[in-house]
Amino acid sequence: MDKILVCIKRVVDYNIKIRIKPDESGVITEGVKMSINPFDEIALEEALRIKESGNANEVIVVSIGPDDCQQQLRTGLAMGADRAILIQHDHILEPLKVAKLLQKIVEQENPGLILLGKQAIDDDCNQTGQMLAELCSYPQATFASELTVNENSLKVIREVDQGLETLEIDLPAIVTTDLRMNEPRYVKLPDIMKAKKKPMDVMDANDFEISLEPSIKVISVTPPPPRESGIMLDGVDQLFVALKDKGLINE
Amino acid sequence: MSNAMKIIVIAEHEDGLITSATRKTINCASQISSEVDLLILGNNTDLEEQAIQIDSVSNVLVVQDETFNQQLSAIMAPIISDLTSGYDCLLLPSTTFGRDLAPRVSVLKDVCQITDIMEVLSPRVFKRPIYAGNAIETIEVPDGQMIVATVRPASFKEVGTSNQASLNRLEMPNIDLPNHTRFLGVSSEKTERPDLQVASIVISGGRGVGSAENFEILYQLADKLGASVGASRAAVDAGYVSNDMQVGQTGKIISPDLYFAFGISGAIQHVAGIKDSGTIVAINKDPDAPIFEIADIGIVADLFEFIPEFLAKLD
Repeated sequence: MDKILVCIKRVVDYNIKIRIKPDESGVITEGVKMSINPFDEIALEEALRIKESGNANEVIVVSIGPDDCQQQLRTGLAMGADRAILIQHDHILEPLKVAKLLQKIVEQENPGLILLGKQAIDDDCNQTGQMLAELCSYPQATFASELTVNENSLKVIREVDQGLETLEIDLPAIVTTDLRMNEPRYVKLPDIMKAKKKPMDVMDANDFEISLEPSIKVISVTPPPPRESGIMLDGVDQLFVALKDKGLINE
Repeated sequence: MSNAMKIIVIAEHEDGLITSATRKTINCASQISSEVDLLILGNNTDLEEQAIQIDSVSNVLVVQDETFNQQLSAIMAPIISDLTSGYDCLLLPSTTFGRDLAPRVSVLKDVCQITDIMEVLSPRVFKRPIYAGNAIETIEVPDGQMIVATVRPASFKEVGTSNQASLNRLEMPNIDLPNHTRFLGVSSEKTERPDLQVASIVISGGRGVGSAENFEILYQLADKLGASVGASRAAVDAGYVSNDMQVGQTGKIISPDLYFAFGISGAIQHVAGIKDSGTIVAINKDPDAPIFEIADIGIVADLFEFIPEFLAKLD
């Protein structure tokens, strides 16, 4: 195939303990370490490996969000992507709107394969890849853990509740990646320098004639109910009694 | 309730059985409206008999066709969209089946989808977890807008099976279906232990376990308790176990009745995956390990001394 398109989202780094805004309007992201959504990073790694094995010519990374997303796109370029596209928008977008914007990029670039993470670790929606597939009338393989590229199709192993499912899907196709697919590479300093020279297209989300207004209202974002504070016990015997009292183990 | 919302639940079934996640989804549906229908796309008449017995269901709609021997979302979505005009709300279980399928249906309905309803506050107001359950979002769908949503099974109980719903067999809709997706097979992990996401007891190990060989003692304890075995990201990254066993924000999010954390420090990303557990027991040599802050029961001990004692006690 010629091109692979990888969609990456800027999210709060997975190691950060999130804090909720006092007015319950959302989660604090100002002054917080932001990263590429870990599942999207796996998608990008897979795209790079496909290119390195000679099965693709170009890897394009695309992100939708505020100007700061350029940082994550630069990281993607440092990992090895050839060029980047930012669709700029300063407000939170629902997955359907994101998918409609991405559809425009798919129409423009005609990639043979589109890779995304199975979900973003902020809103946990797990929707965008499937929506993009339906919008483009493409096949999809979600929760993918292994991918084999054939001439006009892919063989994909999916992690489903029942075990491992194998699908064959025709190209062009959309694959969303699960954790087991690969381990993303570390970015080296010379790659960061090189990435600065790679092309980045910046577009405005408002130029696409897609309604971006939210259609579902977020009333509040609150902390989960706290767990009751625990107790410290000493040794197996005490644990045994405590678990039996709770009916959690039998004699 | 003259203007009650009309809801349809899309049934998930495996090996001729309607899943427990489907019956949990029906429970959620019954909290939104008293008019709940169930749609089955299958190729097995046993499903009909089971379906009409499920409580809270008014009408069971069934399409029997060999197309549904494989449950492929790209094929099912246009059929579901075609058969559900006239409904105000369409629910699927938030399993890999429902999560794969729901977004394609919502595109065909051109409405935004809701993932993981965990609580129904009113017919149009729901709670759902974000940031792996570290925050809860309360959302409202405007009047007149169709709802397409997945329902988080861990948050609802199954409805019973003492009903006698009416059964309507429907013709396969006459629409063009894609042929770009072929099912080649499914293989189950050959383990005697229960699946991490449905096990009532889970035993996890962290970096403190020290090696792949040392995990053996955790497997022994798991087999004794009928438990599943998980691991922290640190243990996976250290190569002790494969990453399908990882529990945490970037691994599996689980909610067993009883969770054991052995040699796990308690990184935020791990805790995010176990917060919904009934009782969390942490065993760690380090009295200052953060895992003790969230554990219901904490024990400062060396796991290699503790587990043999525990095993002996269970004999």
